[in-house]
Amino acid sequence: MMDYATLLQILDSTLRLATPLLLACLAGLYSERSGVFDIGLEGKMLMAAMCTGAVAALSGNVWIGLLAGIAGSMVFAAIHGVASITFRGNQLISGVALNFVASGITVLVAQSLFRQGGRTPPLSGEARFNPITLPFADAAGSIPLVGPFYREVISGHGALVYVALLAVPVTWWVLYRTRFGLRLRAVGENPASVDTAGISVVRLRYTALAVTGLLCGIAGAYMAAGLQAGFGKEMTAGRGYIALAALIFAKWRPWYALMATLLFGFFQALALRPDVIKNTVGFDVPVPMLDALPYILTVIVLAGFVGRAIPPRAGGEPYVKER
Amino acid sequence: MTTLPRWADLILVPLISLLLAGVISALVILAIGQSPGEALKVMVDGALGSAYGWGYTLYYATSFIFTGLSVTVAFHASLFNIGGEGQAQLGGLGVALVCLALPWPHWTLALPAAMAGAALFGAAWAAVPAWLQARRGSHIVITTIMFNYIAAALLIYVLVEHLRPPTSMDPASARFPAGTSLPTLHEIPGLSLIFTKQVPANVTLFVALLACWLVWLLLWRTRLGYAIRAFGKSEPAALYAGINPFRVTMIAMLISGALAGLMSINNVMGESGRLLQNSSEGAGFIGIAVALMGRNHPVGVFLAAILFGFLYQGGAELGLWTAIPIELRTVVQGLVILFTGALDYMVRMFLGLFFRPRAAAGG
Repeated sequence: MMDYATLLQILDSTLRLATPLLLACLAGLYSERSGVFDIGLEGKMLMAAMCTGAVAALSGNVWIGLLAGIAGSMVFAAIHGVASITFRGNQLISGVALNFVASGITVLVAQSLFRQGGRTPPLSGEARFNPITLPFADAAGSIPLVGPFYREVISGHGALVYVALLAVPVTWWVLYRTRFGLRLRAVGENPASVDTAGISVVRLRYTALAVTGLLCGIAGAYMAAGLQAGFGKEMTAGRGYIALAALIFAKWRPWYALMATLLFGFFQALALRPDVIKNTVGFDVPVPMLDALPYILTVIVLAGFVGRAIPPRAGGEPYVKER
Repeated sequence: MTTLPRWADLILVPLISLLLAGVISALVILAIGQSPGEALKVMVDGALGSAYGWGYTLYYATSFIFTGLSVTVAFHASLFNIGGEGQAQLGGLGVALVCLALPWPHWTLALPAAMAGAALFGAAWAAVPAWLQARRGSHIVITTIMFNYIAAALLIYVLVEHLRPPTSMDPASARFPAGTSLPTLHEIPGLSLIFTKQVPANVTLFVALLACWLVWLLLWRTRLGYAIRAFGKSEPAALYAGINPFRVTMIAMLISGALAGLMSINNVMGESGRLLQNSSEGAGFIGIAVALMGRNHPVGVFLAAILFGFLYQGGAELGLWTAIPIELRTVVQGLVILFTGALDYMVRMFLGLFFRPRAAAGG
């Protein structure tokens, strides 16, 4: 078994690794609740990671980098909107296409800007999201059990980790307590009824996609300037798809999205600690097996524990107004 | 919107989509400070300017025919198989195990056995996502993507721990016996007059052409193909007609996986002669673009595969001779998928403007 200090270390990296998943998962929640499937979370995060990495390196300011990342991600969200809302294209194919475009164009731009093999230069100091020590973290450390948990796991992350955590109650509130949220949920289930009520389906869906772009932008910025120090080719490594799996697991609900992404973050954190796994299970687990672990567990979760996951009824269907 | 004449739908729509993808790629090249005209010249010279270049273009096209057909068969059952990459990698493992198992005396014996290995492993890798989709309702797009990542990890494990010769550091298998070496176009009597230098394109090209014909037969001339297409058009209607959705999903995905796996006789057996890490090099993903561009028809797939063979070989030349990174290929690939698969309605709308007068006169 592992001791408490090791457990805290793993929970600490769980939170860190869950952050981009959580942001992307909530991003997907907005677009899918509005009835637009978005396989392109991956590409948007990648685009944001490159924009953030490049602009933070050039300006030396991570916040300007964050804005650039959000802008990059929102451009891709807008293209997805044009393809799947305005031109009623196949939403899955549009998302896949944009993922390929992002995968290539990020390397192209990073290479032409910095000539470092498609990477952006390593970030440091003000160009990164530096850890924030929460109030009383050091003082609380002496309280048994809870104190170290607060100091090691909750405190000491970059700002965007807290933004991501805050996005959960905000999303819940928006979804279930605001007029926009009611309309958003309705347009994903039955766009015709929303249209009948005199509300523009197209505008609602574009708004939802803008939020998706915003959240994916934050997720990508965190990848490049928080989790790691710079952009590298394909650095998102399937996180956009894992976030989609988490979204299905959470059945398109915000609090469950937090739980699901923490679970997937925990899988990723475990995969980084072969020593702990060896001590726990008693034998050497090959490293490639650990690398594959988050993906295998994603499949298992999708296969077994979801129960009946019913997506928003109008998901994937372009809306055609009656004439 | 006006309905387009059939020829415009089949020829003009893909061509205009391609043109749009080309224009945007040119803008991207301009934006990174390079010359699109120069880039196109390098690509055409390198990929089509000589028999040697064609030898590479056809080699890539061979792989893309298989992966394009793989995506096509799944598409007809309205299943989006993004797992071609992983299925191709597993197919490569199947080829390697067959080739290394026996001291094969001649390629004519080794080829059918290797094909069986490739198809079997590719199909097996598609079977799990297919079963999960058919029985548990797990989203096939996400599970096949997960299986791509799992395949990559599995291949590294098998290569490093089991197939790597003890004296070697590379994560690659031992060389296959000489009797498994497939004749290249340079070694085939008659064709050797055209391909005077050693090229990677090999007899697998003819297997790929045969596969095109067989897939056409399957989809449009058999009961099973009818069931697949009916299921793809409308599941409730297929169900009402007595077609078993579980069976069709499984069979379509197994065929799709087998076709993706079969591409590895081209690269693993025909070209490298041993199993390397990441042997399929993204060909599985290109199958999506090829299938969409080829309008999900074997003839279209063949033509689109040649086009992407050109793009792939030309893109490699760009990486070699210009400052444009090889990743431009991925951008063009994505743009082609976007325009042919997601924005085709836009292209049709645009074309409809030109066809409207005649349609009105006819009506």
